[in-house]
Amino acid sequence: MKRILTGASVLALLASGAMAANTSITIGDQLEPPHLDPTAGAAGAIDNVVYINIYEGLTEFASDGSIIPALAKSWDISDDGLTYTFTLHEGVKFHDGSDMTASDVVWSLNRARAEDSVNAQKGLFANISDVSAPDDTTVVVTLSQPTGNFLFNMAWGDAVILNEGDDIEALKTAPNGTGAFTFTNWVQGDSITMTRNENYWGDPAKLESVTIKYISDPTAAFNAVMAGDVDAFPTFPAPENLPQFDADPRFTVIVGSTEGETILSTNNKMPPFDNVKVREALAHAIDRNAIIDGAMFGYGTPIGTHFAPHNPAYLDLTAQSNYDPDKARALLAEAGFADGFTTTLKLPPPSYARRGGEIIAAQLRAVGIQTEVTNLEWGQWLEEVFKGKDFGLTIVSHTEPMDIGIYANPDYYFQYDSPAFQALMEELNNATDAATRFGLLQDAQRMIADNYVNGYLFQLAKTGVANANIRGLWENAPTQGSNLAEVYWVD
Amino acid sequence: MLLFTLKRLLSLGLSLIAASVAIFFVVEIIPGDPARLMLGINATQDAVDALRTQMGLDQGLLARYWLWASGLLRGDFGISYTYRVPVAEMVQGRVWVSLPLALYALLLSTAIAFPIGILAAAKRGSWADWLVMGGTQLGVAIPNFWFAMIMVSILAIKFRLFSAGGFPGWEAPLAALKALTLPAVVLALPQASILARVMRSSLLDTLSEDFMRTARAKGRTARGAMVHHALRNAMIPVLTIIGLQFSFLLAGAIIIEKIFFLPGLGSMIFTAITQRDLIVVESVVMLLVFAVILVTFLVDITYALVDPRLRRRA
Repeated sequence: MKRILTGASVLALLASGAMAANTSITIGDQLEPPHLDPTAGAAGAIDNVVYINIYEGLTEFASDGSIIPALAKSWDISDDGLTYTFTLHEGVKFHDGSDMTASDVVWSLNRARAEDSVNAQKGLFANISDVSAPDDTTVVVTLSQPTGNFLFNMAWGDAVILNEGDDIEALKTAPNGTGAFTFTNWVQGDSITMTRNENYWGDPAKLESVTIKYISDPTAAFNAVMAGDVDAFPTFPAPENLPQFDADPRFTVIVGSTEGETILSTNNKMPPFDNVKVREALAHAIDRNAIIDGAMFGYGTPIGTHFAPHNPAYLDLTAQSNYDPDKARALLAEAGFADGFTTTLKLPPPSYARRGGEIIAAQLRAVGIQTEVTNLEWGQWLEEVFKGKDFGLTIVSHTEPMDIGIYANPDYYFQYDSPAFQALMEELNNATDAATRFGLLQDAQRMIADNYVNGYLFQLAKTGVANANIRGLWENAPTQGSNLAEVYWVD
Repeated sequence: MLLFTLKRLLSLGLSLIAASVAIFFVVEIIPGDPARLMLGINATQDAVDALRTQMGLDQGLLARYWLWASGLLRGDFGISYTYRVPVAEMVQGRVWVSLPLALYALLLSTAIAFPIGILAAAKRGSWADWLVMGGTQLGVAIPNFWFAMIMVSILAIKFRLFSAGGFPGWEAPLAALKALTLPAVVLALPQASILARVMRSSLLDTLSEDFMRTARAKGRTARGAMVHHALRNAMIPVLTIIGLQFSFLLAGAIIIEKIFFLPGLGSMIFTAITQRDLIVVESVVMLLVFAVILVTFLVDITYALVDPRLRRRA
């Protein structure tokens, strides 16, 4: 009897497993988030779980990178660009059952911009001078100066709306948002599970539950996909395995774009890089395609400036810094370095940097620039390169969307100090008119390309793999995190 | 026996204090600001400073050591920088993966090693001995991470009999045990090989002792002499190895935990180091040191139980 029972329960288990496959999904991700509060940490892994799915902002990113309404169903902008009046959706509830009202928005925005705020993107809120709630569904934000991309700023994961008065420490392990999924369980070191929010104010999620499983090792990730332990790995850590998945009818390979401009960051204050001729020589010494092929297995789009190619305002300036080693040598000779020089190349852990670094070192050697290559961990990199500015060259992908503004900060680690560029950014911030902004953004791209501030390599591709029967996964990564409510299975 | 135990306890305490100083200061030397690491490269300096204050990182090194060490004495392991939850709570979840895995592997390893080690010693020079010696040679030589990958390729990817890794939690005991099986086998095999060889050579040493001939002369059967006289005398080196192996399995399974993406103590330390979650690194390493010292202490006590001569000498 016992044996029969066991047999029956195994059958039941198998059956439930088969049924569950169509209403739930297991997604692999490389890094486990430190906690689940997107307003108190930069880790992309936090947004990969909670952004849109659990927490929502006034506005949000669509998969093509455009800004769409979220908790705010509409807004009015005053003619001087200083007052934004948001109208909120009615009947929105937090997962704990309390109502989401205008005062929650006021509280969340004030918290993010407060003196003691630990928001990783505090700059997004810098121009807010006042937030008020005339009634339950209206929020009025007053700015100290026109901020052309304010609606864009409000779409970031760092600007999501929290429930006023919630215990912030408790939210770190038990988030309470308004999204289409509610947080269910976190097996630390292993996985996080979310379940469909049946009381969601918008279109409900198509899946009943989503589990995000953390596998940091690329080989283990490959094994997990092959063994069917995970159904999708949206950002797969080993591009060299993708052709194998591509050839297998059980899987689809998803290739999209990210906001990550991968650059050969150059210390603009350190001789000889303070000489623009040397930086120009550097730009011509680099063969982008060799790096994309060699380090990224062909995935990536060459860029000639610090801007995402999928953005309408992007200018293709790659021809200005074309691969021309003879020109590089000539420019070096002109700058007084006919015999070349030696510098440091400090590489953080991602494979784009480690593999790309070797190729770049060889390319620079060909024009007479010797590099001492050091591999650093993220912690060391932040300390030595980012904070200490003790480097000649480094390779890093700047993954924040629309981050050309970092060039206006002379203290930023690559130390580009140009009053002209700073004035241009000032002008851009004050412009709310789309056409004006478009032109200014292009001027900015041109200016940093003309100054050869950094070596512009490629836009980081998003390469993932999924079960061939899954639909609705985001192809591109306009921000960290993606809307999983649209994901479903077909038979 | 009491004096022996007291002496051992004193040395245990001193080792712990020395270890705590070494661990704390070595870990604190690692470059990298945990607050900056959490907030990323676009964060403003005042946000980073606010977080440093929140984490208690603005205090001096000695003050932080004292806070940490005195906390440990009270059983307080501190609060994780990154996760903002008590380290003790985090460790709890991980221990229930690492400890069962270590015990599982140790159980498998002794269950394999004892019979084959004894067999090889009893039938020295026979084909069985050759087989055991050859097999264990191979077992010691094969790197366990490689063996792990082969097992995953065959059993998980090809036949889909096991998951490639992960741990479902103990709410589903059978599934949890199944998830630990491949890692335990992979961990146990080299350990079993070593243990079997030690068992064999230790037994062979005792078998050639005079008291064995005496036992046989008194009329003990070969089997009886083996069980009652040889085995007990051969146990000291075997116990030493088991003690070392347990410590190794508990703390050293880090690569196997990575391959099977198990949420154990090893992978926790690994992640904590990359995240600069120093307090977690310090507390967990300290805990492991404590476990290793405790196991050594228990093994020492067991020696004394097995071998009365040790008691008298102390």
